[in-house]
Amino acid sequence: MTTPVLSAHDLTVRFGGQQPVDALRDVTLELGAGEILALVGGSGSGKTTLARCLLGLLRPDAGEVRVDGRPLGYGAARLRGHRRQVQLVPQDPAGSLNPRHPVAWAVAEGLNIHRFPRAGLPDRVAAALAEVGLSPPGRFLPARPRELSIGQQQRVALAAALALAPRVLVADEPLSALDPPARADTLALLLRLRAIRALSVLLITHDLAAAWQAADRLAVLHHGTLAESGPVESVLRSPRHPATRALLAAATRPLPRRPQLP
Amino acid sequence: MTAADLRLQDLSVTYRGARGPVPAVRSVTLAIAAGAPVGLAGESGSGKSTIAHAVLRLLPPGTELTGQILLDGEDVVTMGWGRLRAVRWAGAAIVFQGALHALNPIRRVVDQVAEPVLIHSAGTTHRQARDRAAEMLSRVGLPAGTSARYPHQLSGGQRQLALIAMAMVCSPRFVIADEPTSAVDTVTRARVVRLLTATAAEQDIGLLLISHDLTLLTTACTRLAVMYAGRVIEHGPTADLASAPRHPYTAALLAAAPAVGDPAARYRPRGLPGDPPDPTALPPGCAFQPRCPRATAACATTDVELRADGPARRTACLHPGPAT
Repeated sequence: MTTPVLSAHDLTVRFGGQQPVDALRDVTLELGAGEILALVGGSGSGKTTLARCLLGLLRPDAGEVRVDGRPLGYGAARLRGHRRQVQLVPQDPAGSLNPRHPVAWAVAEGLNIHRFPRAGLPDRVAAALAEVGLSPPGRFLPARPRELSIGQQQRVALAAALALAPRVLVADEPLSALDPPARADTLALLLRLRAIRALSVLLITHDLAAAWQAADRLAVLHHGTLAESGPVESVLRSPRHPATRALLAAATRPLPRRPQLP
Repeated sequence: MTAADLRLQDLSVTYRGARGPVPAVRSVTLAIAAGAPVGLAGESGSGKSTIAHAVLRLLPPGTELTGQILLDGEDVVTMGWGRLRAVRWAGAAIVFQGALHALNPIRRVVDQVAEPVLIHSAGTTHRQARDRAAEMLSRVGLPAGTSARYPHQLSGGQRQLALIAMAMVCSPRFVIADEPTSAVDTVTRARVVRLLTATAAEQDIGLLLISHDLTLLTTACTRLAVMYAGRVIEHGPTADLASAPRHPYTAALLAAAPAVGDPAARYRPRGLPGDPPDPTALPPGCAFQPRCPRATAACATTDVELRADGPARRTACLHPGPAT
């Protein structure tokens, strides 16, 4: 791969307390330009912790995060620049959108924080909304989150991230609150964005069908370590690690029809 | 004691929105009995969660509720406040969606699960309630240390299991699980569904499983009802509905969940174009008609109701039938 846009090298993150635990241990991962990388793993496998490190929100205890091959700096100015380029689409739109703010404010928030010229804001906000399919803007700009469906809220969060023209989107479980048609629709949107903007996407999901439909490569995390990674076809057709096999089996095996009494 | 029986009769729920009334649920009739879990499927915004909240009158003030919600024959809609309070948690309980913000972040898990016990069992001491809560947390499969933890120290899947423990802790007759697996990984998902159905079977609980994941519901429910824009648009025995859907929307739901490894699905996600309709601006006639591959002129003028369509099956469509 040519120099990856964003990468993690031997990343280790330890959470202390009464029972210290390694949330991540020696994780090395690369995200190329214009690539969709699916990051999968069970609950508690470290996916969100890894995302937070890549976003600069969490400093690892060992190892480093690199941007275009250069180590990420943690000074205020460099981090602000980093966050403009690497945007998070959080897992829970209901939790991340201020319920009292109309959509227009939610989408403009990042632009304000990063001091984009005010004159250009309305156009950028409208363009971002159009890009995620929330049209006509007049209908959505004044709306408050509770007036929108979950799928629409998700798209507002996505528009807010896209408004900054980032190079990388870290989408943390963007599909889990959506139903199959909306999921497929969101994946189609991510594929379009990848094509139009050469956007790189780190797609954090436990949905292997989503990875199959939209990702180029797949990385499997298991209890904080990288179980395996590679092109989607190879990893999903010939899984090597038991964790991958377990995820695959759970995704494709139908649950028993009759409840099994303990 | 007679078997648990929950009936929604011609239920309609209209929210008071900033820009006018929002009809979230429109004339829904549904029955759930112990021993036969019912699955309620549909897109976000279809009204499924509203039904869950309506059953225990957990709707915002100003919301208009018409029709009946009969819990073992008692109408929740006209219940007095005292009786309603007694019914919540102990008569019927909801496993809420969105575990991330359903738990109080500044209270320990065991104290939150113990809270319904304290409210509903007069004379129970705090210690007894906490013990009962701890027992329940263990029964849903959470490790011993969970009780003393705060919600942010649990993973998403563990929080969901804690919410199930909370719903079960007062031994309710009905459990309504509203998207109990949407924030949970595939491995825990299987466990959550098994836990709900097994507990419902062994304790004779009436179970209503609400999810946008139709595949999940097909594995656990005896009957399925599919919602769109506030209405039930198809209803029938699970196996029949899943193998031979009659409503084009049901067919679309089933088609949008592909098999991993299917080359036809690689880079080709098959979704439904467009969005569910804005409930304050429903299209004329059938609400699904703008996105429907089978729509004809008649569909834009007739708002079809559920009608009999085969043995124990009902479909709200002018052109029901197999996908072409």
